Amino acid sequence: MRNLFNRQNLVALLGIVLLYAVIQGLIVFDIMPPFYKLTLILICIYIILSTSLNLINGITGQFSIGHAGFMAVGAYISAIVTAIHHGPLLLGLLAGAIAAALAGLVVGLPTLRLNGDYLAIATLGFGEIVRIVFLNTEYVGGAAGFTLSSKITWTWAFVLMVLSVILMKNFVSSTHGRACISIRENEIAAESMGVNTTKYKVIAFTMGAFFAGLAGGIYANYMYIIQPMTFSFLKSFDILVMVVLGGLGSMTGGIVGAIVMTLASALLASVPEWRLVITAVLLIAMMLFRPTGILGTKEFSLSFLGKKGDKNATSKN
Amino acid sequence: MGSSITQQIFQQIVNGLSLGSIYALIALGYTMVYGIIKLINFAHGDIMMVGAYAGWYAITVLHLSFLPALLFAMVACALLGVVIERIAYKPLRNASRIAALITAIGVSLFLEYGGMLLVTAQVRTYPPVFPETMYSFHGVIFKYGDIVMLLTSTILMVLLHITVQYTKMGKAMRAVSFDKDAALLMGINTNNIISFTFAIGSALAAAAGVLMGVYFNTIDPLMGIIPGLKAFVAAVLGGIGIIPGAMVGGLMLGLIESIVSGLGASTWRDAVAFLILILVLIVKPSGLFGKNVREKV
Amino acid sequence: MRLFRKGFTLGMIALLSASLVAGCGTTNSGSSDSSTPIKVGGNLELSGGTAMFGQAAQNSINLAFEQQNAKGGVLGRKLELVAADNKSDAGESTSAVTKLVTQDKVVAVIGSMTSSVTLAAVPVVTDNKIPMISPSGTNAKLTVDPANGEVRPWIFRACFIDPFQGQVGANFALTNLKAKTAAVIIDQKSDYSKGLAEAFITNFTKGNGQILGTEQYVAGSDKDFRPILTRIKAKNPDMVWLPGYYQEVGLIVKQARELGMKMPFMGGDGWDDPQLFNIGGNEAMNNTFYCDHVATDDPAMATFVSDYKAKFNSVPNAMGALGYDAANLLIKAIENAQSTDPEKLRTALETMKGFKGVGGEITIDPKTHNPQKSAVIKANKDGKPTFLTRVAPQ
Repeated sequence: MRNLFNRQNLVALLGIVLLYAVIQGLIVFDIMPPFYKLTLILICIYIILSTSLNLINGITGQFSIGHAGFMAVGAYISAIVTAIHHGPLLLGLLAGAIAAALAGLVVGLPTLRLNGDYLAIATLGFGEIVRIVFLNTEYVGGAAGFTLSSKITWTWAFVLMVLSVILMKNFVSSTHGRACISIRENEIAAESMGVNTTKYKVIAFTMGAFFAGLAGGIYANYMYIIQPMTFSFLKSFDILVMVVLGGLGSMTGGIVGAIVMTLASALLASVPEWRLVITAVLLIAMMLFRPTGILGTKEFSLSFLGKKGDKNATSKN
Repeated sequence: MGSSITQQIFQQIVNGLSLGSIYALIALGYTMVYGIIKLINFAHGDIMMVGAYAGWYAITVLHLSFLPALLFAMVACALLGVVIERIAYKPLRNASRIAALITAIGVSLFLEYGGMLLVTAQVRTYPPVFPETMYSFHGVIFKYGDIVMLLTSTILMVLLHITVQYTKMGKAMRAVSFDKDAALLMGINTNNIISFTFAIGSALAAAAGVLMGVYFNTIDPLMGIIPGLKAFVAAVLGGIGIIPGAMVGGLMLGLIESIVSGLGASTWRDAVAFLILILVLIVKPSGLFGKNVREKV
Repeated sequence: MRLFRKGFTLGMIALLSASLVAGCGTTNSGSSDSSTPIKVGGNLELSGGTAMFGQAAQNSINLAFEQQNAKGGVLGRKLELVAADNKSDAGESTSAVTKLVTQDKVVAVIGSMTSSVTLAAVPVVTDNKIPMISPSGTNAKLTVDPANGEVRPWIFRACFIDPFQGQVGANFALTNLKAKTAAVIIDQKSDYSKGLAEAFITNFTKGNGQILGTEQYVAGSDKDFRPILTRIKAKNPDMVWLPGYYQEVGLIVKQARELGMKMPFMGGDGWDDPQLFNIGGNEAMNNTFYCDHVATDDPAMATFVSDYKAKFNSVPNAMGALGYDAANLLIKAIENAQSTDPEKLRTALETMKGFKGVGGEITIDPKTHNPQKSAVIKANKDGKPTFLTRVAPQ
């Protein structure tokens, strides 16, 4: 066990607490209008979504474009627990995430013998099937949607986001994470080195789905209404765009992508008719001039702070 | 005067085939572009939308009749396709495939919402260009448009197949698809070939757009999203990159949808279509007509 | 274990800058001196599948406010409509109303025109305690919570409800169309369509009519309705009840006629727009009927119609009239309350009696927040809806 309280960790922890405190202060003293709070919570939700998709697409090198399906499972299951059965919020969120993870397992096992574009279309198909199942379930309001009260506060969203990212980050840095990266780099070589590729693909899928489900739960318990249309393949594309924009394979890149896209969408809200046109142009320009995304596969790191104190930070990504 | 069960079944088959031929027409362009440069051109459905508007403009403003309007739309979209390829896709030819895919999503959004700025979100109605003639065959009804649709897509598929298989251009296209660099070394102008592919693919999309506008009577800037997705599914179902596969995939998808609806489960039809797709892929991972390429170590 | 090694700094910077931008936002909210206008939110369908309804209502509300402002406004202050586009989408409706209520600080919300979209905004206005008037949302659930049967305190409407509309439709089908059997086609995406279908089925079977089948579609993503129409054709009902919105209705009737289905089609107020004929075609729309709130050729509407025409150069639809009534209803409530305080406005709306709107008199029932209003039935003939009969509420 290496030192948990080295300088980098402490600085990062301090930064997170400070960030939380500043925003919480702005909210408590009513300086920040509630409309901006919506954007902040959405950023937290999208950070979880993009990092979890990054786990599948960026780290493991698979090609999933059905992430909204997992989000939908999490959203609806958690909504059923909290709104219909009046269960506690945390239980609802957990139930949603676990249900989504199970869905990830169910999809992952049979479809992982596909690769590339065929896997992509199969995941897309799965996402759409999930959506249509909810659309046909009157119990959760059918196509018209399901209204529930808003229970998620900024604190909930922020804490859950930070926890999710730390967990996923640790997974990537672990032996299992390395195995996943080896699949991305060269599946055949990985297999011949004794990496059980199917197992790790399924693990990545299940884990990605778990966090997508969590994000879906947060979304459902914040947004007042969930509708099957919200989780269409266009939502999956949104998440994919965030991941690629930030840098496929970079955990911090996914975070940056989520922040940039959500902020762009919020800042452009005053010109609704131009919003998506500008987004599209930015997206194309970004890809043309920097096809690897903002951060590429690099990680944004605080390691410069730790050079003196932390002798353990020797291995680099 | 209720109709018999057989009549109903045949009517549903007619319904399915005419819907399927639209999917097939869009899927042809999809599969062609994919076959040559391995790019999932998500903007394809939106090029179809532009084609529908171009045709609408030609008919209502320029007062052209159906065939000239169709040609007008096809030429306009062929040009658009080439421009899009040169600006957005060409610089990315050696980048990762996912970067190209994201660019395609960007182009798709741009066409949808740029189009919305230009023509507003309001639904436009196509003037009737086909005679409203109905044919009744033992109680099974099909209209003039159904026949035009099925014929157009069959003819275009055959033409396309001939072009790709038997002409010099087609040979060059297949060479580019097989190995771009080797083709370049053999003196093939790959840039021109790829542009040509986009031109043909987009022209096909435009044809589909005009036919769809005429057939369903209404067009709007977001009309390309759902058919685009369905056509993509059809192309994968048949084996993406394979021209007869796209045709068969499209017709199959149309039939599946109409049969599921005919059994009284209309709101489940897309789910069933996707389920069948996934099952087909699990059994035959590269589509119905696809060849399974063995991975070389 | 390098728990936090890879940083959050960039995220922090972005979040911080966001919060700074946020900090510069509105700080002097809720001031009510006489120089500032009274802001009223409009949660309207300005684009999307029912854009014609929202646009007509926006015009009418602006007209009503302008006329009032010309008379010196209300409480000595001018009225101002802050319109937000919900794109005819329930999800967008929630965020549109959140923006209106929390950022623009409106005193009340008018909208939206369709039931599902209005329903999505209900929790937002309820949590923020802001009154909301839906001009034309007819679903019963809007004002009365089906879970406990209690009235939703902050939601009002300016129109009749679907149980009444469905009853009017069923009676017309039974007595005037002499229908003994019917089929129903429901838009699965809309609470309005579901509620109206249910009301029709209940009343039609009560009058010894028989429902031969129900079919469903999803508005917005379906364009090919022949598979479900083929099923209905096989059952050969005397009439088809089609509660939906004009865009899909036009396509459905057109495709039905193409399949050789000649029976009458009938629906509710969602049909009310000239687009119906552009999409469906004049000939196909013959032998179709619909229930509506008002007839624009009604003499009581003459002043409103000519004012509207003078300003917008087009004839308003029934939704325009209801939007106009909702706006004037709100003005009247502000006058009665002598305040823009939401709680006082709510009370004023709840106790509203004998308000004379262009679409009929409105007396709000405090137990349901529903006004009692009569319905009209229109027949479509050669590209024009014509007034057939008026049905008074029991």
